[in-house]
Order: sequence, then structure tokens, then C-alpha cells
Amino acid sequence: MCGIVGLFLKDKALEPKLGAMLSEMLVSLSDRGPDSAGIAIYGAASGNEAKITVQSPKPDRDFRGLDAELAKAIGAPVSVAVKSTHAVIRTTPDKVDAAREVLQTLRPDIRIMGAGEAVEIYKEVGLPEAVVERFGLRAMTGTHGIGHTRMATESAVTTMGAHPFSTGADQCLVHNGSLSNHNNVRRELIRDGMKFETENDTEVAAAYLSNRMAHGKNLGEALEGTLSDLDGFFTFVVGTKNGFGVVRDPIACKPAVMAETDQYVAFGSEYRALTKLPGIDNARVWEPEPATVYFWEH
Amino acid sequence: MPATPMSKAEREQGDARVFDLSQHSLRELNEALHKLTPGSNETAWEVLNPKGSHSVAVGVDQPITIDVRGSVGYYCAGMNDGAAITVHGSAGPGVGENMMSGLIVIKGDASQYAGATGRGGLLVIEGNASSRCGISMKGIDIVVHGNIGHMSAFMAQSGNLVVLGDAGDALGDSIYEARLFVRGKVESLGADCIAKEMRPEHIELLQGLLDKAGVTGVKASEFKRYGSARKLYNFNIDNADAY
Repeated sequence: MCGIVGLFLKDKALEPKLGAMLSEMLVSLSDRGPDSAGIAIYGAASGNEAKITVQSPKPDRDFRGLDAELAKAIGAPVSVAVKSTHAVIRTTPDKVDAAREVLQTLRPDIRIMGAGEAVEIYKEVGLPEAVVERFGLRAMTGTHGIGHTRMATESAVTTMGAHPFSTGADQCLVHNGSLSNHNNVRRELIRDGMKFETENDTEVAAAYLSNRMAHGKNLGEALEGTLSDLDGFFTFVVGTKNGFGVVRDPIACKPAVMAETDQYVAFGSEYRALTKLPGIDNARVWEPEPATVYFWEH
Repeated sequence: MPATPMSKAEREQGDARVFDLSQHSLRELNEALHKLTPGSNETAWEVLNPKGSHSVAVGVDQPITIDVRGSVGYYCAGMNDGAAITVHGSAGPGVGENMMSGLIVIKGDASQYAGATGRGGLLVIEGNASSRCGISMKGIDIVVHGNIGHMSAFMAQSGNLVVLGDAGDALGDSIYEARLFVRGKVESLGADCIAKEMRPEHIELLQGLLDKAGVTGVKASEFKRYGSARKLYNFNIDNADAY
């Protein structure tokens, strides 16, 4: 099972409601996956600030004093906004790699959820409603976002095994399905310099896309590559700094429904997830075709 | 698609039992439908606010009419035995699965495996159906006004699948005795499925199905017939590559 959602806003007037809309969509699919849930939300990128979303099993210990210690270590201003087990670290874009490096020694138990100029990623074990509440996701604003509620099949139920998976700046992916050649693809990607945090199949799909985009492909071309290079069942929804994409494997047994109006493009594993969106009764609603790449960019 | 409002005539009829799923649970609806006995006067039902709910009106076994105003999720009208069920919206996966008899009309599109394993009755999809439409059908008639997706009529055993539009890849893979009529193009045929001659009895059968499904302006002679080459009924080592 698993439930996935995505929402790409065209109408700026809806941006203050992105978190609320996406949360509602995800909670409506709770019975597709009660193990863990996560959301990635993209805010407007300012160009002079980068964000690193991190998670700690002991947030009280790990986040205390982190801003000052990290600022000193990388020689740049740092702010840390704590939200439950997660924190968003803000610094200058040129210091992101240095900060990631230093974090490993400053706070060895911290895990990096994702980084970029626009994205923030929140994921935890538990029902979607609990995750949404824990991180105050309903209050978040943004331009687009994706979410996932998990019924684990391929690896352990842990925070790091929850989706979205992020393997590149402002890139993330949610997945419904299971991949059968992920070990092989992981080995090939490691040989090409990609790093992995888990044994999870979805992380391989995310890293595959990041790797292709790092080699100069655009989102659409990278998604196209999954159809020949990844074996297994998948419906993927992918976010980038300014884009949102969808692809299903050729067998297409994992469900997918999309809706588009002048205000938004929305994705849900089921129509249920879309029923509370504004103007849904008059939206163009369709099932994405198998082996067909869809993507939108701002 | 927007839910079709009740027509004036329907409102004036006034005796439909209205069940609002925003006020009552799905289980209450299905229990009420299952309690109906032969000769019941509650022959017209209307379901409001389905909002993608699963299993709406499954297992109905009385000759009643049910109008569902809006789109439904998985397994709507499954196992229907004698009711006339209309969804004024689109349907999720498995609509009309294992229908025994009766009529199901989907005004919008249907998701994957519509009419799967159906044994009788008529399923009409006025929009498109996606993959695996009529998979393992065992006597049901399915009429799709639009297109159907890949692997439709996989292992279809009997009944008729009529498609006014196009069919996706691997139509009728490993088919037994079902008849497939497609008016548009077929992306590809599955193993052991072949084009067959349209004889007068097929024209007559198809015309009857089009009439029953309320299709007008389309002639039976515009369709091609597909069915089983009957080479894979029993395993034969010489055919191993064809599976």
C-alpha cells in the first residue's frame, strides 16, 4: 500500500494554505499506511539563504547551542529553528557542504533529512495526523510539496526509512511500490559517488534521479530513465526547487489520480485525497498513464 | 466531474431513499441495502457525498436502483446481483468486481480492473477505463464508450467486452472464450489473442449490446472482433515461448 500526495500551486493566493491543504490530503490516506509519514514543503528560494533540515533522536541535547557552535565552525551566520525532533538550520548557500561535514562531528547522532534553498522535510514514525501535529505542518506556507504515509515492505519502520527521501539539493521523492533491482542500482550509484543513509529501495530511486540530474538531465529526462533502469512497482512523485513530477511503471498497478485547475496540479493515490481541494468538482481529473512522465515547473 | 444533480422528474418522484455519506457511515448504507428483501417498496436509493469512499453499494442483491452522486473509490458495486447502480462521477479500482447480474453505469471514468471476474450483468463506462478492464471476466458484458488500458480482458473466460475507442497493450492476453469488440485501434494483442471474422451473428450480438448500453450513432459493423486462438488452453511444451 502506502499513500502519496503532491500539490503544485499555480495560484499565489493559495500559498499561505499549502501546508493545510497538503496535510489534509495526507491525513485522508492514513489507512493506506499507518507506519510513518512525512512531508516536504518548498518555500520561495531567496537565493542568499540555504536550509538544512536535520533530525535527532535526542533533540534537547543535540539542538542546544548548535547555532553558535556551527557558526563558529563554518565561519558564517547560522540560525536553528527547532520543531520537535527536527530543526531547520539556515546559513549562507556556499556553506551548506561545510555545515553538513561539520555536523557529523559536532552532533554525530543528527541525521540530515534534506537540504536546499527551498525545501524543508519533516518525517517521523506514526500516523499522518500525529506527524502533521508534531511539526505544525498545517501552518506552513509554500509553492509546492509532496507527502507520504508508509506501510513498510522493503526496510525497517524508522524515521530514516520514512519518505520523502532527499538525495540532492532541493530534490526529494515519495514512492508507492517496491523496487527489485535496488541493490544493483545502489552499487552502481555508489561507484559514481552517491552516498546512502539506508538500505531502503526508495532512497535508491531518489539517488538515481539526483545522479541523472547531476549529469545534466532535466527532471523530465531523469524520470524517463527510471522506466528503463528501475525494475519493480512504482508510482513516484518528485519535487525539485521549482518543479513537481510524476511517473508510474509500465504495469501501473499502484494507484494514482491527478487533478488540475487554474489554481493547482494535485496528485493523490486515491481520489479521496483530492475531495477537499477548492474547485475539485470542476477540476480536470484523470489517471496518469503508465510509463508516461508528467512534470510541471514554476 | 461535477456530480449530476437530480432531475426535476426524479425530485418529484420523491420516494427515493436518500443516504448522505457525510451524515452516515458507509457501513450503515451497506447494511441498509443488505437488509432489503424481495418485494420491498424501497426500490429507489440515492447516495450523496461519496467523496471517493470505498465499497459503496457492494453486495446488493435486490432489483433496486441506486444513484450515487459523485465519484467513488475502490470496489463500488462489487458483487452486484440485480440492482441498477449509476455512479454520477468516476470510479476507482475494481468497480463492479464479480458482478452476478444487473446493471452498473459509470458516467465518468473507471480506474483499473473494472468488471474483474464478473459473471453476469452489464457494466457501462461512459468515459475511459484504465488497465486490466474485464480481467478474468466470466460472463459479464462490459461496454466502454472511451478507451481501455493495457492488459484488458487478461484471461477472460466468457462474456463480451465492447470498446468504442482504443485498446492498450496486450489486449486479451491468455484469453479463453470471451468476445472482444474494439472500434478503434488496438495497441497490441496479448498471447493467444487474434483478430477474428465478424460474422452476422456477431453483428447481431454486438448491436444488441450497443442498444442495451444506450449507445447511439455507432454501427456494429465499425468494430473488429478479437478472441482466442485456442492454442494455450492446455500446456504444450512446443508453445512454451508464447506464454
